[in-house]
Amino acid sequence: MSDAIRFVLNGRRTEVTGLDPHTPLLTWLREHAGLTGTKEGCAEGDCGACTVVVGSADGAGGVRLAPLNACICLLPSIDGRAVFTVEGLGGDARPHPVQQALVDCHGSQCGFCTPGFVMSLLALYKSDPAPTRDAATAALAGNLCRCTGYRPILDAAVRMAETGAARMVEPDPGPAPLADWLATPAGAANGRHPGEAALADMLAALARDDDFSYAAAGATFHAPRSADAFGRLVEAHPQAWILAGGTDVGLWINKGLQRAPTIIHTGRVAGLDAIGTVDGGLSIGAAVPLEAAFQALNRHYPELAPLWLRFASPPIRAAGTLGGNVANGSPIGDSMPVLIALGARVVLRRGTATRELALEDLYLDYRRQARAAGEWVERVVVPARRAGAHVAGYKNAKRDEQDISAVCLGAAFVRDGERARDVRIAYGGLAGIPRRARAAEAALEGAVWEEAALRRAMAALADDFTPLSDMRASAAYRMKVARNLLLRLFHETTGAGGETRVIG
Amino acid sequence: MNAPLPLAGVGAGGAVGSALRHESALLHVAGQATYIDDIAVPPGTLHAAFGVAAHAHARLTSIDLAAVRAAPGVVDVLTAADLPGANNYGGIVADDPLLAAGRIDYHGQPLFLVLAQSHLAARRAARLARVEAEALPAILTIEDAIAAASYIAPPRELVRGDPDAAIRAAPHRLSGRTRCGGQDHFYLEGQVALAYPDEDGQVRIVSSTQHPTEVQHLVAHALDLPAHAVRVECRRMGGGFGGKESQPALLACMAAIAARRTGRPVKLRLDRDDDMVITGKRHPFLIEYEVGHDARGRILGARFLLASNCGYSTDLSGPVNDRAICHVDNAYFLAHVAVRNLQCRTHTVSNTAFRGFGGPQGMFAIEHAIDAIARALGADPLDVRRANYYGGAGRDTTHYGQTVDDNILAAITDDLEASAAYRTRRAALAARNARSPIVKRGLALTPVKFGISFNATHLNQAGALVNIYSDGSVLVNHGGTEMGQGLYTKVAQVVAEELGIPVTRVRVSAADTHKVPNTSATAASSGSDLNGMAARDACRQLRARLAAHAAALWGVAPEAVRFAGGRVASAAHSLAFDELAHKAWFARVSLSAQGFYATPEIHWDRQRLHGRPFYYFAYGVAAAEVAVDTLTGETRIERVDILHDVGTSLNPALDRGQVEGGFVQGAGWLTSEELWWDGHGRLATHAPSTYKIPTAADVPRDFRVRLVDGCPNRVPTIYRSKAVGEPPLMLALSVFHAIRDAVASLAPAGRPVHLDAPATPEAILAAIDDLRGEA
Repeated sequence: MSDAIRFVLNGRRTEVTGLDPHTPLLTWLREHAGLTGTKEGCAEGDCGACTVVVGSADGAGGVRLAPLNACICLLPSIDGRAVFTVEGLGGDARPHPVQQALVDCHGSQCGFCTPGFVMSLLALYKSDPAPTRDAATAALAGNLCRCTGYRPILDAAVRMAETGAARMVEPDPGPAPLADWLATPAGAANGRHPGEAALADMLAALARDDDFSYAAAGATFHAPRSADAFGRLVEAHPQAWILAGGTDVGLWINKGLQRAPTIIHTGRVAGLDAIGTVDGGLSIGAAVPLEAAFQALNRHYPELAPLWLRFASPPIRAAGTLGGNVANGSPIGDSMPVLIALGARVVLRRGTATRELALEDLYLDYRRQARAAGEWVERVVVPARRAGAHVAGYKNAKRDEQDISAVCLGAAFVRDGERARDVRIAYGGLAGIPRRARAAEAALEGAVWEEAALRRAMAALADDFTPLSDMRASAAYRMKVARNLLLRLFHETTGAGGETRVIG
Repeated sequence: MNAPLPLAGVGAGGAVGSALRHESALLHVAGQATYIDDIAVPPGTLHAAFGVAAHAHARLTSIDLAAVRAAPGVVDVLTAADLPGANNYGGIVADDPLLAAGRIDYHGQPLFLVLAQSHLAARRAARLARVEAEALPAILTIEDAIAAASYIAPPRELVRGDPDAAIRAAPHRLSGRTRCGGQDHFYLEGQVALAYPDEDGQVRIVSSTQHPTEVQHLVAHALDLPAHAVRVECRRMGGGFGGKESQPALLACMAAIAARRTGRPVKLRLDRDDDMVITGKRHPFLIEYEVGHDARGRILGARFLLASNCGYSTDLSGPVNDRAICHVDNAYFLAHVAVRNLQCRTHTVSNTAFRGFGGPQGMFAIEHAIDAIARALGADPLDVRRANYYGGAGRDTTHYGQTVDDNILAAITDDLEASAAYRTRRAALAARNARSPIVKRGLALTPVKFGISFNATHLNQAGALVNIYSDGSVLVNHGGTEMGQGLYTKVAQVVAEELGIPVTRVRVSAADTHKVPNTSATAASSGSDLNGMAARDACRQLRARLAAHAAALWGVAPEAVRFAGGRVASAAHSLAFDELAHKAWFARVSLSAQGFYATPEIHWDRQRLHGRPFYYFAYGVAAAEVAVDTLTGETRIERVDILHDVGTSLNPALDRGQVEGGFVQGAGWLTSEELWWDGHGRLATHAPSTYKIPTAADVPRDFRVRLVDGCPNRVPTIYRSKAVGEPPLMLALSVFHAIRDAVASLAPAGRPVHLDAPATPEAILAAIDDLRGEA
């Protein structure tokens, strides 16, 4: 017996049945709901033309909003949530402040990317309505525009609060509390806005205490509520896809045209979305979105903030999970090198049994892991900062924002007087898995922290890695940069060399 | 930051020159602007997808389609054998098969078309074919093609004077070799066509095309129909940039063939990966040069080799290479010059039009040579550039014979050099670089001179249809297409200005081959030059008729009748325009007019590569400052100052949008946008995950853009404006040369910098290693 997918679309309660659970939200919006304002530009979450805003109950009577790439979001995964598309805003007769700001600043040319920008700006307007230019730039990292050169769009972002304030003097006369809430900049409402309260009520009415299971077209989507239920499903369906944020699964569907008879979603498992404290460090559940995980990590390791800003885009960071990045184990995943350097451990679970593994030991070879069949990543444990620790995370790619690394470095060590101790260095992009650079570490362990030691470690990298050439970079470049990033580490820890980077 | 332009509001006057918003701006932000994939299709519409080749070059022996036909939702499958007419969508030379027949010429070439009940079903089925092909040796690079003498047209050479003697006699000589990469258009809306079968064998096609007329003709050939039986419409594109000039015909022809065959509407939309694999891109060029120059860096004699990768077929490569040849001078007088041009045929996708159309590649060549001269002399590159500018006695004729009689480069260079504080900043950067071992900064100021008009004279014509309805509202149709550039806004402004009515009373309707025939592509920056003039011609006919009618009503001379502010008046009389329209209709005056324009004074001898192909030139200068991380090769654009010439602007907001957007697109071409083919001729960068166009973070943090003020076009274009679509792209050469400048700071003056485009972090690091003598 299949449940219906229930959600709130632009303020209206909506139910879907009978549609293949692999269907992306974008396809449903455009082909079934007739909402064609949301566009397909790439179907892989890289261009942002499909950006919508998704609201979830925040557990305190309010609604938390986040931008989302509708193209790689499986429709069943929005069960219980609210979706706003560009059609849910003011329209051309009564534009929302972000729409008006874009018009006033000449922020559209061909207009195809524009609805996506509108929705990314809406999410920003509801969290940081008067952003700095840098904050606006970061918020738009997942939206590509090929016409304007972005300057007018950034101007609109910086000015949207003004536009909103101008609108506030003529409050909405009609009974449209939800639209009025969307048009109210973050922080402007006195107490809980009635529109938000109404939406929270609608979401509360959709909340499920039990497992959600949706079947159609020969495939079943399971969203269990408990870790036990999740574990049972994984054991029963060893070939099932485990779906977290969908930022990779979406590509299997859209690009690989693959299907799975069973999809098991981590998103509803109680506790899996929690960040806890263990021995002063962090325990990050497998369903914690990247953005939340990064914010938690930044409190312990603020020097990593620039790395996380270069990690994908806001909608991807809102959907994708740290657990998913780790469990996927891509050789170019950007969280693992630094997590390995920090000595992170991963908790694996099968049924009710759990075991803990150093993260680097999870990865055996390209796409091969130490996980047994039916075993899944429950959480990632990141140790507390050690006294005297130096930590670095460096990403290198062709483009500043939203690019896949050619090389990614994570490094940590403790300064013991003149010497370096407990040196941990890991790289992404140099091998089939994210991996520690043992020879380079050995060259530095206990060594006086001086350029000569770093040069020895740089040379030792040849013993650690034999990188490949591909469209992102040649093997020679990868090795050169891997070495030079150690030099950057030296300069940044000693203050020698002045300015050390232009990005991040 | 720049001061904001005056805001355009509803009801603002239609006067030419005001910063009106884009006519569809409110629809864009509301998600209500309709693109072709948004059109609600009738029940029974079929969705199509191509099955494509997995070889770069092969003899196609068989395609087993049994599994394709048996796949769920599949209705029909077409191969080359099923085509009813010409198997071609090449507009100039008939060498672009719609579907491969017998031979595969590039990896990703369409082999068959699947028709299914959904887009997904079609895409799934398309992967199920069993293709047998016998691999043949593939030519994948320009060097391979030259070695095999594989060309789409014979090699050619333009020579003026005696370059070899001039080079030999020069006090300094220098030679170089460089290359610039291709570029994917990455319009956000992929290629799409929707074809409806119509009565009596006709077909109507909604196509995302910059060239409805060419689509009409190629569909007519493919279906063996007269042109009048094929109707092509396009309201707007989600970006074009040249990528929708010749390429849309492939989709339109196949959708039309399928619609006729099945009797059902057919939509063919390429997803992003198919779009990037199947359709053409900017031509990559391999460039060699040899120059002789004096001690100031003035070029006395030069030889250039421009070898382009045209891909497997002719497409627009001939005219693209013409324009490259015509822009190898950029802003510089070349007394003795030879330009040898090789149009290489390779087994890769057929390259096509892209904003600038060969011009950027030609300019890239000479800017590289100029920079090399400056490095060799230890001179400031700007001084070398200025020493070579057109101007002075006997220094005003291009190598193809056109007189440069509207040159404003010296003045605008002075202006920008001062406003950007070029000299003081260069000194400051040198000092800063001396203290900064890792991050190095560079600054470059580069000029643009770009010829406006299609090289091929016959294309420089346009038509427009203006209808005044009896309520006084006005509908305009013209041959141009809207791809975001604001053409429809500008034409509406022209019409409003001519008729003296608010622009809100004017609507520009979808380009439609049934309304205005025999149009040229909206390309070569010519959209508003051509269509604005054609619309003006129609308006003036209508105004004359209305003035005659009002004059008769009032008993005044027609010359005494004025049109302004939505009213028509003489000294003693005044009527609302709407009222006059109604009266004129009642009195049986025709309120519809067809306007026409043909650019005067231009001519081009394609055999001799000689003539006056361009009605005028557009100019611009840009100064870019970049920071380079010498450990990784990563770069950041710190500041850009631009001064660009649009004549008298029709709409400064739209023009500034073209300048900024073109600049950023050009910067992408020269930095992060790298097309990467593997050794089998397979494009590996076919999606935004791997092909990196600029994001908001790549825009200069300090971006100062000005339009040249008080400098109307010297020739009588529409309100003395200038074309603006393409020229600003080449302002981004300043970014490339600023990177070269930063890299050069790592070695003593006089050392050459070997950096090609795109200047990816890897390319930059390689140039740095080369300069430092490290491997």
